[in-house]
Amino acid sequence: MSDQNSLLNEVTGRDYRFGFVTDIETEVIPKGLNEEVIRLISAKKEEPEFMLEFRLKAFKKWQTMKMPEWAQLKIPEIDYQDIIYYAAPKQQPKYESLDEVDPELLSTFAKLGIPLEEQKMLAGVAVDAVMDSVSVKTTFKENLAELGIIFCSFSEAVKHHPDLVQKYLGMVVPPGDNFFAALNCAVFSDGSFVYIPKGVRCPMELSTYFRINAKNTGQFERTLIIADNDSYVSYLEGCTAPMRDENQLHAAVVEIVALDRAEVKYSTVQNWYPGNKEGVGGIYNFVTKRGLCKGESSRIYWNQVETGSAITWKYPSCILAGDNSVAEFNSVALTNNFQQADTGTKMIHLGKNTRSTIVSKGISAGHSSNAYRGLVRVAAKAENARNYSQCDSLLLGDHCGAHTFPYLEVGNQSSIVEHEATTSKIGEDQIFYCNQRGISTQDAIGMIVNGYAREVINKLPMEFAVEAQKLLQISLEGSVG
Amino acid sequence: MLIIKDLHAKVEGKEILRGINLTINAGEVHAIMGPNGSGKSTLANVLAGNTSFEVTKGEVTFNGRDLLAMPADVRAKEGLFLSFQYPVEIPGVSMINFLKTAVNESRKYHQLKELSAGDFLKLMREKKELVQIDSQLTNRSVNEGFSGGEKKKNEIFQMAMLEPKLAILDETDSGLDIDALRIVANGVNLLKRPENATIVVTHYQRLLDYIVPDVVHVLYKGQIVKTAGKDLVLELEEKGYDWIKKELGE
Ligand SMILES: Nc1ncnc2c1ncn2[C@@H]1O[C@H](COP(=O)(O)OP(=O)(O)O)[C@@H](O)[C@H]1O
Ligand SMILES: [Mg+2]
Repeated sequence: MSDQNSLLNEVTGRDYRFGFVTDIETEVIPKGLNEEVIRLISAKKEEPEFMLEFRLKAFKKWQTMKMPEWAQLKIPEIDYQDIIYYAAPKQQPKYESLDEVDPELLSTFAKLGIPLEEQKMLAGVAVDAVMDSVSVKTTFKENLAELGIIFCSFSEAVKHHPDLVQKYLGMVVPPGDNFFAALNCAVFSDGSFVYIPKGVRCPMELSTYFRINAKNTGQFERTLIIADNDSYVSYLEGCTAPMRDENQLHAAVVEIVALDRAEVKYSTVQNWYPGNKEGVGGIYNFVTKRGLCKGESSRIYWNQVETGSAITWKYPSCILAGDNSVAEFNSVALTNNFQQADTGTKMIHLGKNTRSTIVSKGISAGHSSNAYRGLVRVAAKAENARNYSQCDSLLLGDHCGAHTFPYLEVGNQSSIVEHEATTSKIGEDQIFYCNQRGISTQDAIGMIVNGYAREVINKLPMEFAVEAQKLLQISLEGSVG
Repeated sequence: MLIIKDLHAKVEGKEILRGINLTINAGEVHAIMGPNGSGKSTLANVLAGNTSFEVTKGEVTFNGRDLLAMPADVRAKEGLFLSFQYPVEIPGVSMINFLKTAVNESRKYHQLKELSAGDFLKLMREKKELVQIDSQLTNRSVNEGFSGGEKKKNEIFQMAMLEPKLAILDETDSGLDIDALRIVANGVNLLKRPENATIVVTHYQRLLDYIVPDVVHVLYKGQIVKTAGKDLVLELEEKGYDWIKKELGE
């Protein structure tokens, strides 16, 4: 009976959504950004007053801010008045069949071993309704609901859990934090919301894959994860498949709050379109990700493997406020062709006995540029704080660049901060050794690079790790003759 | 099996091999000896297809096919194996994963079914015994943190796994103590088949006490200056390489 009900809800809910989408699509919202547009966005989403205020405040801040400049990134001029800030989720498929899809995209799908039906969905091909495994998603949602876990789209959270949203939204990344975060706060369309109640260990990995509507969250995505006292959650962001996406600019914000003794593991595999081999096209990814270890002995882990985007600007960070809190940043960032990445992390130690670890593995190939920028700050009151940072760079070929910028600000004598950095080239002798055992150069490079990234890949949940390995290999295809 | 004709090769603009001629038949063991720097490793690398070395002249046929036209990985899959003088470390790549890839790539090349994980592990256990290699070593990353002797043992273990037609052992004896030397030599002898051949490169006679060669060559300044039976090993041991130099009128 309950099965039938939820199935029914699912189906009727979906129909409603389609209707809703059709409705808003008939209204045209002009390009450009002003207060009027923001009011319109908020009204369309039927948001409560506090959300509108939040957006407007952020917009005022944003108007006074300038797009930052970085030494290691060359960013073409972006015209912020040339963007449509409210695009309703497009449900209409772009293609009728896979035959119409870019063959290069399809070959990547095939190499990743993505099932045919899923390929269609990712490429924007019309799919059968049957395929959208309703029952799996329903069971999943029911299991979570029994434990009191909230996992839904951000819009749903605003509607059904406004108190939680109001309390935590902007707590970790305030509206005026930086240019892109301010823009996101003003115009964000949707995203994910997670709340894990006190004492609950979330029994499965929460993946955006299971959140209905996840596919079209647009270019200004917003994620908020709250782990209450003594809870645990592992969250997976992304998808190894390169998704069709016409938005060039992406400016997402992710906020994590870990309360007393809570533990949050946030894993990302990012593979957005990096542009072609000549460096034309590709996504600009300017994302602000930050976790707050608010409670004592709380833990936040950022694990990421990034191979996509034309330009990446990203520093998943942690504020270690609670005493005895622990934070980790484990990252593999691969750049090829003309990709540019300026990534890293910030670890801000405020509480006593706080510990942070940074493991950053950069891989550069082609004409790409890969920079690590990391800040470790220990406040005066953060007694016995410890940080260990390890930043390795691996170069393939002679035309790419790797740079490391570690910044240390230590305001407490009892703290220990260690930093190690290495730069190495992929060895011709290593490749030849593999060749001599019958392994092709292409496979050898994939193998050596995966070996180099092993430490980080091992931190990813199992299925993600397997996909990440394939991804590293595919991303380097053709990079060494 | 292997026919080398007037082979010349350069590295960084310097000519190292200056006209090598050599024929090796199935079932034979050839020793290539010679003082340090005479070009032994260069020859081994050129045969294996290391592109840091440039072949400037000559031809090599391997089982009737043009060896020099094949890329290194194809030569390996065709059954040519090089036990490296200095095996490299590949951090983070497990021995098991490395060898499984190697074995299966070769099987695919020969249109055989890939080995399942179970069958592969079984094969590995079998071959480990042959060269008495410690399980701990095969659980680590490729050569990472291995001692000199362990690296050499690991080379022979890989050879056992890949069952090559032609094995070139480049100074496999260096870094081995006498017990390890015996084990390695024993392993090589057990792998000998009438249809296979072995080239043992060394500048000591030690290893050749255990792996008895059919033919012995002396390589000097990039040329084979002397070829004889296994007794040449003893003669060289007795008189040293100076004797060769004198014979050559140097
Ligand atoms: N990669 C290299 N770059 C420059 N010179 C090299 C290289 N490899 C070998 N050589 C030179 O080639 C000559 C022969 O070396 P090698 O073949 O290693 O001799 P052997 O193995 O007989 O001791 C030596 O003079 C050595 O210095
Ligand atoms: Mg040598």
